[in-house]
Amino acid sequence: MQKELIKLEHISKSFDGQMVLDDLDLNIHENEFVTLLGPSGCGKTTTLRILGGFVNPDNGRVIFDSRDITNVPPNKRHLNTVFQKYALFTHMTIADNIAFGLKIKNKPKSYIDDKIKYALKLVNLEGYEKRMPDSLSGGQQQRIAIARAIVNEPKVLLLDEPLGALDLKLRQEMQYELIRMKNELGITFVYVTHDQEEALTMSDTIVVMNQGYIQQIGTPESIYNEPENAFVADFIGDSNIIAATMIEDKLVEILGVRFACVDTGFGIRKPVDVVIRPEDVELTAPEEGTINGVVTHLIFKGVHYEMEVMANGFEWLVHSTQLTPVGTKVGIRVDPFNIQIMNKPESEDEEAVALEL
Amino acid sequence: MSSSMKKLHSLYTDKSGKGKLLAAPYVFWSAFFIIIPLCMILYYGVTDKTGAFTLQNITAIASIGHARAFWRSLLLSVVSTVICFLLAYPLAMILSGMKEKKHNFIILIFILPMWMNFLLRTLAWQTLLEKTGVINGILSFFKLPSLRIINTPYAIVLGMVYNFLPFMVLPLYNALSKIDENVINAAKDLGANKIQTFFRVIMPLSIPGIISGVTMVFVPALTTFVISTLLGGSKVLLIGNVIEQEFTQASNWHLGSGLSIVLMIFIILNMIVSALLDKED
Repeated sequence: MQKELIKLEHISKSFDGQMVLDDLDLNIHENEFVTLLGPSGCGKTTTLRILGGFVNPDNGRVIFDSRDITNVPPNKRHLNTVFQKYALFTHMTIADNIAFGLKIKNKPKSYIDDKIKYALKLVNLEGYEKRMPDSLSGGQQQRIAIARAIVNEPKVLLLDEPLGALDLKLRQEMQYELIRMKNELGITFVYVTHDQEEALTMSDTIVVMNQGYIQQIGTPESIYNEPENAFVADFIGDSNIIAATMIEDKLVEILGVRFACVDTGFGIRKPVDVVIRPEDVELTAPEEGTINGVVTHLIFKGVHYEMEVMANGFEWLVHSTQLTPVGTKVGIRVDPFNIQIMNKPESEDEEAVALEL
Repeated sequence: MSSSMKKLHSLYTDKSGKGKLLAAPYVFWSAFFIIIPLCMILYYGVTDKTGAFTLQNITAIASIGHARAFWRSLLLSVVSTVICFLLAYPLAMILSGMKEKKHNFIILIFILPMWMNFLLRTLAWQTLLEKTGVINGILSFFKLPSLRIINTPYAIVLGMVYNFLPFMVLPLYNALSKIDENVINAAKDLGANKIQTFFRVIMPLSIPGIISGVTMVFVPALTTFVISTLLGGSKVLLIGNVIEQEFTQASNWHLGSGLSIVLMIFIILNMIVSALLDKED
């Protein structure tokens, strides 16, 4: 693992008596693409603003490069922000926008000119120096906002839902662009989004947040395949979350039927939640699966069919490339490896999170 | 034209142009009360009493008395505009940073005097400032030296600032509150301190507000004759007073119109220059 670059220690923040962040700890490493992911109001943007220096935490410390910067104003921090809706200076040309930070630092003109050229090349907008921000499309303005930030050679780039205002196609394009830029620059990206697909595509590490708490930190694969609680499972992709009982190691009872699984260490006869991804539910001929059911809904989604199967009183969400018409009697089978066991929420905070679902 | 106006426009006009009838009341109004009077001023301005063409009424501005009044008007209105600007800008900045409920109340306080008649408010100042007026009454009660600013240029500037300040505050507030908070944050993020952020970002982005605020204070201040009559007595003569006297006391409509034309041209030139400056930015 790379060297630690940013440490958030016991950060708390409330606005008008409303707790937004509660005792948050987070470590960010050098050259890491970290995504703060969560629904609106989960505290992800506040966390980013605390990093940028625009919001002061009520409690806790921000350590950057082993220096406490909790009370350092934004203009003295060695990180730059790409704001939601670009926030370009509309009274300046593109070149002046990009040069803003360098002019403040009194860099020589030739240096500034070189930097502008380099930055415009990096964001694929060469020759736009003389244009005004208003004459550019949303995607182009966002690229300029990135160029304006990176010419200052920050160690960390903070991005606040930078693709939120773009349409789907452009957003997907920009995701690849951002990954390319990050690799070319070799700096840390801290990225805020509520779009789970964006997070899965780009990140090295995803921090799933809800109601001011970190729910889970991990690689995209581990967050998707091994969600630690019902919130994460539900927020990242579609899933079947079912209350169940852990009979013993590697055996779980779901809806009155015993399924083999691979998890151990949950104890004996312990209530748990299981997560089964819809693409992991296999439909078989009736009586050949573990549970029998009937297809109740069918929607064509392009890549696959999305179905709902009623079995033992639970509506199973199923993704399959095989067309199974409504009313068909089917069996349900799940590979033991694809059954993810989660502890039931214990603390009140976790409970609140679970109730939100 | 804003999008909502366009919508309205397309609702009430069809391709045959019949909808233009809706503009009739306003066309009628402006023809009779704006355009025709303007033409008459133009006519009176370039003719003498016999009706013959002359430029004497226009060139009369160069005579010592008129030039002095014009210069005095210019000086007082510039001073008033500058004072209004210096008072209004910080206030507008504070207001634009405030939460909705709070700033609405403060704006109300600023607009409240505008609901009262302008003449009444100026007359009130006359009573306040008089030699034996309210303010001097209070000062003498505390054995302080009395103020003698009534019938001086200071009283006129005071009256102008008092009456026209809201016209400076509102456009500035409007322009400043339109600036995205993240644009200001972006400047700080890129290393600008408070002063740099102000002069490089906030101030340039508020120029449209500055121009309209300055125009809305400077033009009425330059042409006023009521404030100077009430607070300046007959001692401080402004160009507005000169024109008024030509029309009322001297009954010389030709000279009054000529001087009005000079004043109008001066104001129009000013507005063109400021519009050009705005475009360059």
